[in-house]
Amino acid sequence: MTIEQGRKERLDRGIKVRTDGLYALMSWRELLYLTLPRLVLILGMLALPLIMPSMYWQRVISIVCIYALLALSFDFLAHFVGLVSLGGALFIGVGGYLAAIMNTYFGMPPLLTIPIATVVGAGICTLFLLPCLPLRGVYFAIVSLMYPLALARIIEALDILGGTDGIMGIESFGNRWVEQYFVILMVLLFLFGARRLVNLDIGLVFRAVKDNDQAVRASGMSITFYKAVAVFIASAMGCMAGACLVHIYMWSGISLFALDFSILPIAATVIGGAGTLVGPVLGCLILVPISELLRAFGTLRIVFYSLILVAFIVFRSEGIMVYGQRKYHQFERWVKI
Amino acid sequence: MSNQPILHVQEVTKAFGGVIAVNGVSLDVNEGEIVGIIGPNGSGKTTLINCVTGFIKMTSGKVLFRGKNITGKPVHKIADMGITRTFQIMRPYYSLPCYKNLVIPLFSPRAKRTGGWRGGGKLGDRNTVGIDILEEIGFERDSFVPYKLASTLPTGYLKRLELARCLALKPEIIICDEIFSGLSMSEIASMVPLIERLQMDGITLIMIEHRLRELFRVSNRILVLNFGEKVIEGTPEQIMADEKVKEVYFGSEEVEEVMSHA
Amino acid sequence: MDILIYGIINSIALALMALGFALVYGISRVPNFAHGALYVVTGFITWSFVRALGLNYLISIILALIVIGVVSALIYQFVLIRVRGMAISEIIASYAIGLAILEGLRWGGFKGTTYTLPVFIEGSINIGDVPVDLHRILVVGIGVAVVILLWLFTHYTRIGLALRGMAQDERAALMLGIDSDIMALVAMASGGMLAGLAGIVLLPLGNIVVEKGYDVLIQAIAVCIVGGLGSWMGAVLAAFLIGFAQILTTVYLGSHFQMVVALLAIILTLILRPSGLFGKQKELEERV
Repeated sequence: MTIEQGRKERLDRGIKVRTDGLYALMSWRELLYLTLPRLVLILGMLALPLIMPSMYWQRVISIVCIYALLALSFDFLAHFVGLVSLGGALFIGVGGYLAAIMNTYFGMPPLLTIPIATVVGAGICTLFLLPCLPLRGVYFAIVSLMYPLALARIIEALDILGGTDGIMGIESFGNRWVEQYFVILMVLLFLFGARRLVNLDIGLVFRAVKDNDQAVRASGMSITFYKAVAVFIASAMGCMAGACLVHIYMWSGISLFALDFSILPIAATVIGGAGTLVGPVLGCLILVPISELLRAFGTLRIVFYSLILVAFIVFRSEGIMVYGQRKYHQFERWVKI
Repeated sequence: MSNQPILHVQEVTKAFGGVIAVNGVSLDVNEGEIVGIIGPNGSGKTTLINCVTGFIKMTSGKVLFRGKNITGKPVHKIADMGITRTFQIMRPYYSLPCYKNLVIPLFSPRAKRTGGWRGGGKLGDRNTVGIDILEEIGFERDSFVPYKLASTLPTGYLKRLELARCLALKPEIIICDEIFSGLSMSEIASMVPLIERLQMDGITLIMIEHRLRELFRVSNRILVLNFGEKVIEGTPEQIMADEKVKEVYFGSEEVEEVMSHA
Repeated sequence: MDILIYGIINSIALALMALGFALVYGISRVPNFAHGALYVVTGFITWSFVRALGLNYLISIILALIVIGVVSALIYQFVLIRVRGMAISEIIASYAIGLAILEGLRWGGFKGTTYTLPVFIEGSINIGDVPVDLHRILVVGIGVAVVILLWLFTHYTRIGLALRGMAQDERAALMLGIDSDIMALVAMASGGMLAGLAGIVLLPLGNIVVEKGYDVLIQAIAVCIVGGLGSWMGAVLAAFLIGFAQILTTVYLGSHFQMVVALLAIILTLILRPSGLFGKQKELEERV
């Protein structure tokens, strides 16, 4: 009795090789193959505020985008630079408080506070994280974990910056459509920007730092410098998200340093597909509404994300986008041995 | 052109706790030379090189490059001065194609200043310069080799890629750590002319090797290490004739045995 | 004088907290970020045995320690073993489990000041002219005893020696027939029990609050980093340094700054001497 033996072979689809590898676009079908996913994403996101049934859900869309920015920064740092940030809340908190201070104490409008909070906040976060950049990734993870916890305590203990009550009376965007479309546009901007960045020359250097930092050092480049640049970019995304958030909620308090902002982006990335930059955004689209629904149950939602995270890590699931991209770009067949 | 050696290694010692891996080794390398470093496994060759290039902090000793003290400087500063190296365990960027592998060293400040190998002082588009450098080491630009992912290449090609990475920095010194290891006879036969060409172009080479026959053909001088100490230094002919070297490799009793079969 | 006494007490307390984490990391190189959660949950388990089931205090403690040892072993066996070797995944996975435990406890209604464990001995005595709770003195005694016992265990018993072998060189230990997974399991269970022991001993000094879980995690990590990951002597010394620093800031600046001190200690160590006081240098940078 002979047993048929075969192995599964994965090959790129012809259409992918023609369009992606060779850039030889010869028919509408090929053009569509390349652009359709991106179009669906862009149009879908732009259409979201219009199809949401109520203001409550429109607010949820804005929050999804805030988390999406955080998840983008996590995926970028973790899978393209090799730095795992366990404390996205640091970025939200720094950006948020900066925007809050500028708005309430100095009377600056959101138009100014958001860009300034983004850049200055990124600088501050990079400075905070600088000591652990020359060291192994473990230290970055540890330190990034601790900062939000510690900063929340400091604010509470010293009762500065509003203490436990927080800073109230922050200006909002004014118009709820502006509010939503601004964050949606920011997400799209940073998403496509990041995808571009990782293929630029400097993006290759980041990826090299992740793959093989000894070789990068031997090529005459300071990995601390490049990691710092990457952290600056990632924290800029997070600080912008924080600045937008305080203008949406019109309030800023130590809950900006809450665990949600640290854990949900990680869970979203893992579910959505790590390394794809789109996956995390998708993950947020899924997780944030669920999280809002679970808000009634108190901190159970954190238990929920944590368990999902553990499950995905343990079972080494690829994530939705990775699976989706694989199916889209490749086909499988059995090859007899 | 001054008479001072391009690299002056003085009494370098490295101890890992109780184990003394390198013990007071000194070496002068003149510009344009090819110096080989040989010795049995564990004699401290790679550790010595790691100390010189800054990957390990030496316990004591000094290293001067063109008279400047580079002892204790960080790896990237030393590489920036033009001292490049290959790795014994090869480390290309596996997920990238070959020519993209070169984009990274071409991004360095040194490449920007010098234009990379044959760049003539100004750096052009990194992708094209990368292809040029690959051609230098034998990957023809019309073939598919430069565009293949580094993970798909065989050992011989990867060793050349390591050299290409060094060339991207327009090096003054290339330190090769066992670059002939894992290669077939024909692959070595095509590597040797490349090494000789690099020397003719003015690069100083330091080669750690186990493949003695090929090394003796290309090198001007040899340094023999054993248990972290310098045994002897001299031309290949002097080394081949030396009794102590044979003892180092074969032990004293078997030397006669081996010599009679040579 | 009271600074000296409370400094010693605080330092021993920190050392107790850090011991479990240091053990697990030193032996299996797994950073157990659920450490703080195990600390708190053991307190709750003990409380449940004592108050809800009405068992004798000592028996409750022993049972709780056994339970937490089993739980830690299960965590290792079902989660951490699958991500062994991937440092980042280990951190995320253990942190997520810790979070799930702590936040689960928070949701389950365990919050506020109603949950306390009784002290082992009531009353206080005066050392010099400083009143000190007897329980705190017991903490010092237990802490010192635990450190000594651990030292004896790892130097004189077969399992202990095997654990040390693994800590020093995993590959060599494997070649000698020591099963790395079983050793890691033992390390994890012991680490969990040490965390639990610290909880049982220290929680009676205050209330059982979920926040303590995060505090303990930060402090344990601070002690290990300042002391140098993998060094026992360093951890003890670091515990004293941070312990005294915390007491000094409490006296002069107020009691809110303890966590700040821990964080500053970590940052300063990473800037000035990344391998810690006695850490082995190869912990820090990749080898060529």
